[in-house]
Amino acid sequence: MKLNKIISTATALGVAAVLFSSCKPQGPQAVTTSGAAEKVYVAPGKYDEFYNIVSGGFNGQMSIYGLPSGRLFRIIPVFSVFPENGYGFSEESKAMLNTSHGFIPWDDLHHIALSQTNGEHDGRWAFCNANNTPRVGRIDMKTFRTVEILELPNSAGNHSSPFITENSEYVVAGTRFSVPLGENKDVPISSYKKNFTGTISLISVDPKDGNMKIAFQLLTPGIDFDLARAGKGPSHGWFFFSCYNTEQAHTLLEVNASQRDKDFILAVNWKKAEEYIKQGKGKKVSNLKYAHNSLDEKTGVATSEMLNEVLQLDIAELKDLAYFIPCPKSPHGCDTDPSGEYIVASGKLAATLPVFSFAKIQKAIADKTFDGDYSGIPIIKYEAALHGEVQKPGLGPLHTEFDGNGNAYTSFFVSSEIVKWEVKSLKVLDRVPTYYSIGHLSVPGGPTKKPYGKYVIAYNKITKDRYLPTGPELAQSAQLYSIDGDKMQLLLDFPTVGEPHYGEAIPASMIMPNTQKIYKIEENQHAYAAKGEKYTKVERKGNQVHVYMTAIRSHLTPDNIEGVKLGDEVYFHVTNLEQDWDVPHGFAIKAANTAELLIMPGETQTLKWKPQEVGVFPFYCTDFCSALHQEMQGYIRVSGASSNVPLTFSTGKVEAEPSGK
Amino acid sequence: MKNSLHVISRITVAICAIALTSAYFTPLWQILMWAPQYPEGLEMKIWINNLTGNVKIISALNHYIGMHTIEVSMFPEFKYMIYCVGVLILIGLLAALINKRWALLAFVIVLCSAGLALLIDFYMWGYEYGHNLNPDAPIKVPGMTYQPPVIGTKQLLNFTAFSGPDVGGWIFIVVVLTSFGALVAEQFFMKRKTI
Repeated sequence: MKLNKIISTATALGVAAVLFSSCKPQGPQAVTTSGAAEKVYVAPGKYDEFYNIVSGGFNGQMSIYGLPSGRLFRIIPVFSVFPENGYGFSEESKAMLNTSHGFIPWDDLHHIALSQTNGEHDGRWAFCNANNTPRVGRIDMKTFRTVEILELPNSAGNHSSPFITENSEYVVAGTRFSVPLGENKDVPISSYKKNFTGTISLISVDPKDGNMKIAFQLLTPGIDFDLARAGKGPSHGWFFFSCYNTEQAHTLLEVNASQRDKDFILAVNWKKAEEYIKQGKGKKVSNLKYAHNSLDEKTGVATSEMLNEVLQLDIAELKDLAYFIPCPKSPHGCDTDPSGEYIVASGKLAATLPVFSFAKIQKAIADKTFDGDYSGIPIIKYEAALHGEVQKPGLGPLHTEFDGNGNAYTSFFVSSEIVKWEVKSLKVLDRVPTYYSIGHLSVPGGPTKKPYGKYVIAYNKITKDRYLPTGPELAQSAQLYSIDGDKMQLLLDFPTVGEPHYGEAIPASMIMPNTQKIYKIEENQHAYAAKGEKYTKVERKGNQVHVYMTAIRSHLTPDNIEGVKLGDEVYFHVTNLEQDWDVPHGFAIKAANTAELLIMPGETQTLKWKPQEVGVFPFYCTDFCSALHQEMQGYIRVSGASSNVPLTFSTGKVEAEPSGK
Repeated sequence: MKNSLHVISRITVAICAIALTSAYFTPLWQILMWAPQYPEGLEMKIWINNLTGNVKIISALNHYIGMHTIEVSMFPEFKYMIYCVGVLILIGLLAALINKRWALLAFVIVLCSAGLALLIDFYMWGYEYGHNLNPDAPIKVPGMTYQPPVIGTKQLLNFTAFSGPDVGGWIFIVVVLTSFGALVAEQFFMKRKTI
């Protein structure tokens, strides 16, 4: 009967539903590991073992965490303004954010590269990239300040950056977007294949002072560069870049750049490029405009110069310079292992994880084991370059780091996990879930010749329910795992600011002893510094009023100023006279349309203020400096434009300034 | 020879005199200070003609309670101490040269007097520095004075202050004790000779 059939079917479905729901998997839960707490507990007064220097992603800044505690110590403004300390607002720092497009207050900071000597960290500088308006920044690890920013001409989206060579010879900058270059840039977007070109800039780093300069630029076919790593040891002299969109699509890349079975790894012989440059094969292109900003550490003033030339080499024209290696589907990470022999490429959409051998690549080049060419660049046969594939590693591999024991750790975005595998045997050894959808990961010293190991950190893209909810907008989440044993062990879950893409960790012992505590007042060469209260003054130059002000616990000198008129521009040049660690003074004035100043001991910083109305305006110290911090305040009187109030200044009682040795 | 020094005493006195030259290149006295905000401590080292350490920071902190700025120029002692120590060394060497018990006795007396004078001088400076406060000081604690200890530890508001000999000071103390020891030993040797 029909009815019977319906009843039995319904019953069967009901039973199946009950069975199904009873074996429904549980949602992700807190995975607690016994003993984890004491492994990440840093007792009050004790220090973390590692500095974790982490990119801030869309906040345009760099953050400093401690490991294993996961505590955030500081945010270093690099490509974005930071009202908290006046970066990008003070007269001294504005030039740091200058570009060929004018002042830009924001960018997207993706990756970190710590300086290296002999393939190991040397603790001198941290480099980082601006992804949106292409730039590379350099941070001095003594002061944790941005000291240099170099704009990249002919680049659009500096994503494949700032990876570094083993002696910090070069920091690299590969463009994410290919764009039309040269005289005629007004071309149809649909003429991509004909008119669009990619570039890779090799930025030389002065071994003495770290100053950056574009040594030369490589012109490439119009494809997209994603990530890169320099070779090391035997592969020193080479750079490896992951490329996507070899389909050369210009719209709906999600689909159109995912059509080919294989994209490429681009292997570049930069020592060969140096030879070509020496031989004068570089083409000088001089109709450019790009900014080079640097901080003079003696004056504390950043200056911006506009440059207009680069040397270019076309990798399709010059022989033996670059080779393509086929790599499964849209590779992201392209990581060289500590020995320098293996290059792990992570095809985001691939089912396997290919590992290439540098020795085999060299042999294939020598034997010309090529599989045709792409835009004139030889393609090495996949099998000829391949060491092997990690089978069924996970879904959506993104990035790989290494420990010092021959193991690799690869992040898998789609399956949200870290997979540990052995580089030589390609065997998967262990896997742990991440919460959720990990992007990059980091092993202390992972990109160097001698990883310190101990931990792997997961920088995740999705947070959801990991912490107390804060509405639709959440912090990002990171997890710390121990990698000391055979099994990875989840130790800690900590929130991060911005959106960390990549971070490096370095032993505290390499940074801490060199940290600068104050700026020596006698070395302050700022043109408007008042290196003692007796040097304070107020000067008028046309409609500019320059206040040479000092700050010391607990008064500002001068603290009464009169004779300023509407239409004047007042420059408060505030010198912090303190010479003691952690005694910054702040400075803010009512109705300033900029931000406060935060002035470190011995430093001079300038706030420009244009009064808009007549009245008496208060100013004060914004950093709680002492027991009498609240009393550290003053007034400036603003009179009408035609007023004849004389320019005067004073401080109630001028005390003898502290001297002695 | 009557009242001549034993050869060991003679050498000891000479060594003591030479050891005093350390006063020219080691700090003599130290003042150490700790507070909740200064877990790493602040220090002031007193040399034969100079002050070193966190003198500026100590002065900046002390201005709150009206204490004077510490400066090298406020110590006239720094101008003549180098000569005083020179005289001490000379007397020591002379005692070894003269090779008489009375010379050794003179050396010990001069040494002890110099040490005592320095301590009294230091106490008097400390008294003045700790009591003579600026009446307009931002912080005034009724009845509170800030005289640093001559030797030992004392709590001054949020600071724990310690005062004591530094390397040069310790050498001086050893020199005093050794010379005194030599004097006592001379007494002992002389008795044996007369038996």
